[in-house]
Amino acid sequence: MSGSLLLRGGRIIDPSQSLDQTGDVLVVDGEIAAIGPRAGNEAAGRDGLQTLDCSGLVVSPGFVDVHCHLREPGREEVETIATGARAAAAGGFTAVCAMPNTDPVTDNQAAVGFIIRQASRANAARVYPVGAISVGQKGESLAEFGEMVSAGAVAVSDDGRPVASAHLMRTALEYARTFGIPVADHCEEPTLAKGGAMNEGIVSARLGLKGVPAEAEEIMAIRDILLARRTGGHIHLCHMSTRGSVELIRWGKERGVNVTAEVCPHHLSLTEDAVGDYDTNAKMNPPLRTADDVAAIQEAVTDGTIDLIATDHAPHHYDEKEREFADAPNGIVGLETALAVNLTWLVAPKRIDLPTLIEKMSCAPARVFKLPGGTLRRGGAADVTVFDPEVEWTVDPAAFKSKGRNTPYTGRTLRGRVRWTVVGGSVVHGEGGAGKGRGSARGRG
Amino acid sequence: MTLSLGKDLLGLEPLSGEQIRLILDTAEPFKEISERAIKKVPTLRGATIVNLFFEASTRTRVSFEFAEKRLSADTVNVAASGSSVSKGETLVDTARNLEAMRIDMVVIRHSASGAARFLADRIESTVINAGDGTHEHPTQGLLDMLTLRDHFGRLEGIKVCIVGDVLHSRVARSNIWGLTKMGAQVGVCGPRSLLPNAIDDFGVTVFDRVETALEWADALNILRLQLERMTAGYIPSLREYNRVFGVSRERLEAAKRDVLILHPGPMNRGVEIDSDVADGPFSVILDQVTNGVAVRMAVLYLLSGGRPELAEAAKKGGGGER
Repeated sequence: MSGSLLLRGGRIIDPSQSLDQTGDVLVVDGEIAAIGPRAGNEAAGRDGLQTLDCSGLVVSPGFVDVHCHLREPGREEVETIATGARAAAAGGFTAVCAMPNTDPVTDNQAAVGFIIRQASRANAARVYPVGAISVGQKGESLAEFGEMVSAGAVAVSDDGRPVASAHLMRTALEYARTFGIPVADHCEEPTLAKGGAMNEGIVSARLGLKGVPAEAEEIMAIRDILLARRTGGHIHLCHMSTRGSVELIRWGKERGVNVTAEVCPHHLSLTEDAVGDYDTNAKMNPPLRTADDVAAIQEAVTDGTIDLIATDHAPHHYDEKEREFADAPNGIVGLETALAVNLTWLVAPKRIDLPTLIEKMSCAPARVFKLPGGTLRRGGAADVTVFDPEVEWTVDPAAFKSKGRNTPYTGRTLRGRVRWTVVGGSVVHGEGGAGKGRGSARGRG
Repeated sequence: MTLSLGKDLLGLEPLSGEQIRLILDTAEPFKEISERAIKKVPTLRGATIVNLFFEASTRTRVSFEFAEKRLSADTVNVAASGSSVSKGETLVDTARNLEAMRIDMVVIRHSASGAARFLADRIESTVINAGDGTHEHPTQGLLDMLTLRDHFGRLEGIKVCIVGDVLHSRVARSNIWGLTKMGAQVGVCGPRSLLPNAIDDFGVTVFDRVETALEWADALNILRLQLERMTAGYIPSLREYNRVFGVSRERLEAAKRDVLILHPGPMNRGVEIDSDVADGPFSVILDQVTNGVAVRMAVLYLLSGGRPELAEAAKKGGGGER
């Protein structure tokens, strides 16, 4: 786009350049043109310059979510790529990866192309498709990774349908090497997890709900790590939730295995107690675990064992959650609460500092999935998030941009909120933004 | 301040020992009504009660129905076929429709844990849990306790061991909560594959062998073994279950002490309990059934706003204050 945007006087935190200083960010033609204490000077005299006063706010590279569910095609009544991309922008995400558990499954180049096209119309966050590992997510034969990557896919995953066959996972890890993409796995040993509705423990025993033991996740985590060691492929472990998983990832990393891992804000903040008296908005997969698990994964974020934070944004229609606990679907929306949850539970109690949070929500996800963004380096696309790290607000799902309302944080007062989200130089979220211009989903690179 | 039960009876876990004692004490005067030639008092005249059974049940449904009828309530039985995920009306729609008919109470039996709570949170009418999934079956727990109290004269300090499939048993959970709150000692005995992994956190003593449990317990509450547990791989065979965990006369005699035998029914004779034990001198299984009606009358009475001290008067036929 043409035109210029000046983000003036904010605290610029860009871990990709080890930057933490007060200054300006000047955007020209959709790219970062200048950054630093005097970058504003270069804006003088520019025609149509839009200025946003960022004093007291944090200016960071745009957040990148490598794990969300946008439901289109197939469940457009629950979410569309457009509403999902707008919810992402509202949460400070400038790019998100859409999981392939759509209907039909995103397991071929045409399906990947459809998502790219829909995203280009949304004028919000960029959307990068994740292709399926197996045809139809059936866990039998490999999908066409090469064609999907050519069409714009950035990773492969069978997502909520865990890859039960160790042989298929091995082959996927080997085959994915040609294309340099991560294989993302939802770790769940299906026979152990079958029928489970929450974490197995005292709460599940009390409530009479079938539990999913931590081992269902850990068995698959170590299987995947061992297969990555064997094949040299890149395994990305989705939404890790247990102390045991953290220890296994640490074991793998110490041995140089190409393993990366993500955690979700809800697993960093809530325990199985949130299920309370059968609150289906606290039902997700993997389930909320124990306080000890939460402490372990918080520590793993701090020490780097966990690479990044992803939302696992999973919208559902309210009717679907308004039912018996065992029958309600798994998942919660997360795009619009992720930043505040992380600030409230990680930064405010000083478990991590702001630069580390930005590293985990922006730089690391971009780096691990080899996506553009995650940096404010001069000459790069101007994907920028501006947020107030202190302001308190109360979660009201009715105000979400997402069609989903299913969140366990309803009514909670959280800290920190996105003020502006800039994608490719256009303000796609926030007051006073022009809101026009581009917003297309770019392919890789 | 008068002690009350609140709007609903969803489980024994949320109740205090005092509330449980109140129900048991209130059940006492109601026992006698069932012994009369004309088994009816006008206590709940004009009250409408729906028995909403999403799961097959004979004993519990009939027991509730008798309790309601002997208190002169107007009752409707709804046997909703199919379970939760089936097509057709959702539980929330069912709830709203019942509410729209201005009923006073719903007695619900459902295959999903939490279904009674779900309903109670959404309607103003009183909800009584008649068994929800593998969660709780509070009136069963109450009638078991009434039967134990009848026999021992107290609940404090007695040792009760629950034998069998504790993992999938709502009866076990209600008994554990209720008995613990009343000061009894609770044991559980069964194959480890049918005990919750977190059983130690329930404050109960775990017995791996039924012989050891018999040496410890004053009473055994023997759970029904659902036949599908075998096909689901929790135990190898019913035959072996009977050999290792079945309560037989030989085992009772070997314990060399009198152990009271309870069973919530329906029994699998020859599996978890042998016939000569079920029909033997220590069995109070039919007393449980009799007490079931009295306990349910007490629960209906208290939840409808009846004052405990007037239960005696209600019995005499007059005091139908609601």
